[in-house]
Amino acid sequence: MSELIFEKSRSGRRAFAQAPFEAAPPAIPQQFLRNDKPRLPEASELQVVRHFTRLSQKNFSIDTQFYPLGSCTMKYNPRACNALALLPEFAGRHPLGPVSHGQGFLTCMYELQEMLREVTGMKGVSLTPMAGAQGELAGVAMIKAYHQARGDHERNEIIVPDAAHGTNPATANMCGCIVKEIPTGPDGDIEIAALKAVLSPRTAGIMLTNPSTLGVFERHIKDVADMVHAAGGLLYYDGANLNAILGKVRPGDMDFDVIHMNLHKTFSTPHGGGGPGSGAVGVNKRLLPFMPIPVVGRSEVEGKTVYDWLTEEDLPQSIGRLSGFMGNAGVLLRAYVYMRMIGRAGMERIAEYATLNANYLMARLRDAGFELAYPGRRASHEFIVTLKHEAKSVSLTAMDMAKALLDRNYHAPTTYFPLLVPECLLIEPTETESKETLDGFVAAMIDIVRAAKEDGADYKEAPYKMPVRRLDDVKAARQLDLAYRPE
Amino acid sequence: MPFIPHTEKDTQEMLAAIGADSIEDLFDEIPAELRVDHLHGVPEAHNEMEISRLMRDRAAIDGSPLCFIGAGAYEHHIPAAVWDIATRGEYYSAYTPYQAEASQGTLQTIYEYQSMITQLTGLDVSNASLYDGASALAEAALMSVRTNRRVKTGLVLLAPGVNPVYEQVATAIAGSQGLRFERLPVDAASGNVAFTQLRDGQNPVAVVLQQPSFPGTLEDVDRLTDWAHAQDAIVIGAVNPVSLALLKPPGHWGEQGADIAIGEGQPLGVPMSSGGPYFGFMTCKQAHVRQMPGRIVGRTTDLDGNTGFALTLQAREQHIRRTKATSNICTNQGLMVTAATIYMSLLGLDGIAAVACRSHANTTRLVEGLTAIKGVERLYEGPYFHEVALKLDRPVAPLLAALAERDILGGFDLTEFAGTDALLVCATETKSAADIDAYVSALADLMS
Repeated sequence: MSELIFEKSRSGRRAFAQAPFEAAPPAIPQQFLRNDKPRLPEASELQVVRHFTRLSQKNFSIDTQFYPLGSCTMKYNPRACNALALLPEFAGRHPLGPVSHGQGFLTCMYELQEMLREVTGMKGVSLTPMAGAQGELAGVAMIKAYHQARGDHERNEIIVPDAAHGTNPATANMCGCIVKEIPTGPDGDIEIAALKAVLSPRTAGIMLTNPSTLGVFERHIKDVADMVHAAGGLLYYDGANLNAILGKVRPGDMDFDVIHMNLHKTFSTPHGGGGPGSGAVGVNKRLLPFMPIPVVGRSEVEGKTVYDWLTEEDLPQSIGRLSGFMGNAGVLLRAYVYMRMIGRAGMERIAEYATLNANYLMARLRDAGFELAYPGRRASHEFIVTLKHEAKSVSLTAMDMAKALLDRNYHAPTTYFPLLVPECLLIEPTETESKETLDGFVAAMIDIVRAAKEDGADYKEAPYKMPVRRLDDVKAARQLDLAYRPE
Repeated sequence: MPFIPHTEKDTQEMLAAIGADSIEDLFDEIPAELRVDHLHGVPEAHNEMEISRLMRDRAAIDGSPLCFIGAGAYEHHIPAAVWDIATRGEYYSAYTPYQAEASQGTLQTIYEYQSMITQLTGLDVSNASLYDGASALAEAALMSVRTNRRVKTGLVLLAPGVNPVYEQVATAIAGSQGLRFERLPVDAASGNVAFTQLRDGQNPVAVVLQQPSFPGTLEDVDRLTDWAHAQDAIVIGAVNPVSLALLKPPGHWGEQGADIAIGEGQPLGVPMSSGGPYFGFMTCKQAHVRQMPGRIVGRTTDLDGNTGFALTLQAREQHIRRTKATSNICTNQGLMVTAATIYMSLLGLDGIAAVACRSHANTTRLVEGLTAIKGVERLYEGPYFHEVALKLDRPVAPLLAALAERDILGGFDLTEFAGTDALLVCATETKSAADIDAYVSALADLMS
């Protein structure tokens, strides 16, 4: 049942309703034309619709399963956000269309900037980065530009905790910086002494996620900020876990200089099977001149409010453009609709119920005998269970648990991340899940361990009920088959 | 509470299980002096009916003008089935396919996408997409440095027809890693590379050619590819995927073919939507696959020997390799790739070729009409695909503003790029003869 659309093709078959009016082949000289026939599917409209509908049914998704993937904030994506972003006038608007035919769209974008400023406590927001990793790139580039504008050319070291997302060190490297990794203490907070030891006149800044990827709030954040600032460095906030603190504490109030937000996490735009993301950045006052362009500006012209693009002329020190136009506009529209539907009071409720769900799930699993990585701490919106005992006693690893959960119709939590906790499951339920769903998930986890202990259940070959069994990753990498080629 | 299912009873039971008195207690590790208790800048909530009304009103302000702008984003008809299927919850609300057994739908779709885009570009392997065409050029330039290790200059030469915004984006993303972007000399009459002025011996790490060029011309890509290879450079082709139903694909350029192809995937079934989300495609020769950035899907077998699909070559990526990754890219543009795969499947080669031919014919009608107006002529001689640069005898901006007042978006103001009063126009298959004639008579009226 993994037949490709190519294998369903028949020469000469077409979806005729999709053909435009016939036109003669253009009078373009032969040297510019292709002289082969690329292999694309030849299928009827029904065949195509059925093929991709059936393929979709092989996916787990938020709309069909509980999806507690830690650090990914897999919350419900309201359908209205999609429907309204795809209104014909918005979907059909050309990116280079004049602002005279874009005031409706630009009003939404300006108000989105303002709302994001407010919930993060920053001074300025640029919506243009197209994903979290690009937001990180923008952030580190702004930090570098800031130091260089002050003639401080020695600062090229970025400090990153060992629990950080892989994108943090990869980004620092892409920006031409040297990465200095610092360890996490046994309680999940940064080791202050280790931080002190790496700070120097070469420190450009530090990249932090708070709450961290360990699922706990960095309690010494004020001290960290003071130390880094005293050393002349800046603080970067990775917004991966912003959902946990919305309306409770703001990155700007924690003294961060620059942040990125993952609108596809916190503000519920779709993950889409791996994108599109959207990584808007926020900055404090000293980084305002360096924001990526374009930014939406507002002015009063003859008593009328007019929205316009701010570009190179308005922000001559900008780090520049990161996308061909203005970023993932349609994603931004979805986030805008979501924020307007949530509203002021709803922002705070997101953090409250995300945290309630995480702490409830953590308490239930702890009471059922699972070991927590940081038992003395509150969960933020996520927490870590370690299966190191189960791995030893009944050979049940985090990977096995993940696959066993799939067979019970739950998507697996994040496994083997962060790297410093052995056999770890990073579990993030989000605020949109009900108590019944969480209870069902706890029961499944308990039963998987029980079956391993009492029935000798072996999950090494799980899952059994998915469209495929465990896949041969080694073969995938050694015998590369990356595109269909008929025999 | 919007999108939160908890009843008061649920909340109390859950707090009891936690051993907390209130939800507020759960935040007791956050230092009190950092807490906020207001978000005055966020308006009160709208329900779905209210926000729908608001968004419809705002959409109506923007309207649906007749659009003849291209310049990197193109209006094409998108079959209804494309987004009907792509926005099914199983595609729309899934994450990156880390759990392969529960993600075969997304994984097989990406594999089929890779199969189609390699065919269109005439190259061997593809990744699962990048953010957009402009950022794909930045990634291709960085990939060239990793691939072409003998060359240490960091110099990337751009043909004069490379989209100027792509250069800006590549500079912003890759500039801090020591890459320099410079332009090859331009021939004023054709708008293409001035071959007689090419200088050997600059030792570029890569040469970038765009076909069709930003101002719509067709470059002699064979000759330029061979020249670039003679300089020991990696050849990067930036192309429009719809044009490849007709035009020679990058993999066939010159003696050896381009090494990497990139471009904006938007024309393949993705709405223009003010600039995004789109997707950048990237394909390359088999030999360079391990230097590619981004996700790659491979076909393999499962424990029972049945065919299945999985992410592969992950040792290149940030979540494994961290500082030494080929790129910091994590998310790609999965949903847009899903839409493009459905689009390419529905149209097939004949369908995409028909779109290309009809777009060319419409542009020809438009250009013939516009150049019949006194004061309008073609800026460059030579063949074109579906976009043409026009030279005007007066400033372009006021004309475009006047056309916009008549709900016609008359093209992209090319004056800054061309250094003379110039306009770039495009008429895709979506334009009827009446649409085109309406534009021609409006401009004739304004210029008379």
